[in-house]
Amino acid sequence: MNITVNGKQVQAQEGETILSALRREGFKVPTLCHISDMLPSGSCRLCVVEVEGSPNLVPSCSFQAAEGMKILTASRRVIQARRTILELLLASHPDDCLYCGKQPSCELSELAREYGVRRTGYPKAERRAEPDASSPSITRDPNKCILCGKCVRVCEEVQGVACIDYIRRGSDARIGCAFEGAMGQSSCVNCGQCINICPTGALSETSSLDAVLQALGDPSKHVVVQHAPAVSVSIAEELGLPQGQDVSGLLHAALRRMGFKAVFDTSFSADLTIMEEASELAHRIQNGGALPMFTSCSPGWIKFVETFHPEFIPNLSSCKSPQQMLGALIKSYYAPRKKLDPASVVSVSIMPCTAKKFEAVRPELARNGVPDIDLVLTTRELASLIRTFGLDLAKLQPEDADLPFGERSSAGKIFGASGGVMEAALRTAHHLLTGKELPSLKVEKVRGLQGVKEAQIKIGQLEVSVAAVSGLGNARALLEQIRNGRKTLHFVEVMTCPGGCINGGGQPFAADKTAVQERMKTLYAIDSADEVRTSHSNKAVKELYRSFLGKPLGEKSHSLLHTKYSARKTADRI
Amino acid sequence: MTAKSGGVERVLEQHQFAQRDKLIPILQQVQESEGYISKEAVLKVSRHLGVPASKIYGVATFYNQFRFSPIGRNNIVVCRGTACHVKGSAALLKALEDMLGIKAGETTADGLFSIEVVACMGACGLAPVISVNGECHAAMTPEKASHLLDQIRAEEKQHAQ
Repeated sequence: MNITVNGKQVQAQEGETILSALRREGFKVPTLCHISDMLPSGSCRLCVVEVEGSPNLVPSCSFQAAEGMKILTASRRVIQARRTILELLLASHPDDCLYCGKQPSCELSELAREYGVRRTGYPKAERRAEPDASSPSITRDPNKCILCGKCVRVCEEVQGVACIDYIRRGSDARIGCAFEGAMGQSSCVNCGQCINICPTGALSETSSLDAVLQALGDPSKHVVVQHAPAVSVSIAEELGLPQGQDVSGLLHAALRRMGFKAVFDTSFSADLTIMEEASELAHRIQNGGALPMFTSCSPGWIKFVETFHPEFIPNLSSCKSPQQMLGALIKSYYAPRKKLDPASVVSVSIMPCTAKKFEAVRPELARNGVPDIDLVLTTRELASLIRTFGLDLAKLQPEDADLPFGERSSAGKIFGASGGVMEAALRTAHHLLTGKELPSLKVEKVRGLQGVKEAQIKIGQLEVSVAAVSGLGNARALLEQIRNGRKTLHFVEVMTCPGGCINGGGQPFAADKTAVQERMKTLYAIDSADEVRTSHSNKAVKELYRSFLGKPLGEKSHSLLHTKYSARKTADRI
Repeated sequence: MTAKSGGVERVLEQHQFAQRDKLIPILQQVQESEGYISKEAVLKVSRHLGVPASKIYGVATFYNQFRFSPIGRNNIVVCRGTACHVKGSAALLKALEDMLGIKAGETTADGLFSIEVVACMGACGLAPVISVNGECHAAMTPEKASHLLDQIRAEEKQHAQ
């Protein structure tokens, strides 16, 4: 199909929108409400173009291209219309951009700059509503909301949670929870995908930066830190290094320079999780336990099951997440051995995730009222901290993490990608059940960014049927199948965020699909190059079992590394 | 919550296999039966239809016809039709809101008064017109409205004794 754009003839495909053709052909068209691979909503109108023969400007996101169409993408009329929209948006938007955490990634201010909007010709009509900081994970500032609706759509269409929607209409419209209730009391699972998709600073993580800075400056505190597998492969571009580069060594160096007394790698406790989880799976298979068993590392998924599908609680692995396992070990193994009062140890974790902030304050994960993890920073907050300390990663020399919680296998590292936990668990479960290693350690079928991946793996005489799903919408569909009688699955990995932690709600802004793919590639490259590729061959893990924990699922492991879940009441459900 | 118990259940019984397209008729019937849409009603309808409460609240707040607090013992309906508008119904509504400390669609804390706005009562010759519990009051002014409120309060007091 031929169309003419700004006088140049280009190709369009049958059935595609004008926007899709324009973007493929390299014409820049601004949007604030469009989400690629989803149906257009057409609410922001910034994508308008002029189409010959059409009296009105046409929203290119929701208009199909047609043979012979003559389109202008940057006519005077188009530019004027876009400027007017931007001016109207700015007229009801706060002017506190200097203090806004979304900078420099704010799409609204970027467009205002691109279109040369230096002032608004409309009277300022700012809303003055209180930000909602009721959630330990996500803070909403309704004043900065431009009602594009992307958060509503991601929450409903990708995650199947739908805890927010438009309320009222016209100039009175806003976005919020049912009954305009607090997010912290709602069915929100804290995944933070809404933060990543928000074009402005209306959504952000509930920050712990100040608290971390305060702890680091307090000589009476012994501040230690752990970083999750996905963090070191996701932060490079944020700090001016090549996208997807693994910077774990540089991170260790940077974190020590900030004053953290010990720097640990959550991939170590990911290995530990695998030891416990693979043992639990073997135990369930051998003793007729609830199957399929679901992984429990992703705290958004845990809250999702507790809130929406408590009937599946018996299927959740009782293993704590790697963050919480390491947290428990830091306070009850590391602290006493260092002759430290656990109360003076501040345990910080750096996660690609906003739901980890919620997980850290779950009361059942505290011991005598003292939480195992004191403060959680997102990858974004870490980048900010590195800048605050004036550190240039490119100028640092890589360092190792501190022992014993610094040694990892690459099985623990691939936890960062959807399918990684499954692959790591299969490697160890095979060894556990047969005494031999998997013939091929690489389990290709559970790799990749697809939302649902399934595989059959032969472990001895047993054909084990597994699935790795990411995005809670996909998880919900799978639960539906199981409820409707699907009985064949043994083990299911669920990651809340599409693609897993590498695409978590705490990751740097402006990450597109390519960035996520790069992160995944790096994780698997680390795995294929590593000498220690199974959790059960991690020497530090073995030593910890020998000298302290006993054996997987043993008494000590059980009290330190496992937990319980319970059905959850929220203000928006009965 | 002063909702009569069982009203929502009775409505939902009539919509046993309903899907989300029945949301608005269900909300209308709930309001007819209970006088308003309570939080509890939203949650029950949500569970019944499998539609998230945020969506139901969003739909219900989109339309003016739904109210979220029970109607007062004296429901004041203010006509905002063209004739009444020309004769000053905007100022009248504002005065009523100020005197009662509530907005249209709300109910006073003591449950005595609620205000409702309608587009036209069809009594344009009496403009500006309000009705209280179905009884019309013609050619209203803020002063007359204030007097009317006092009168109702006095009657309520007498009634209570």
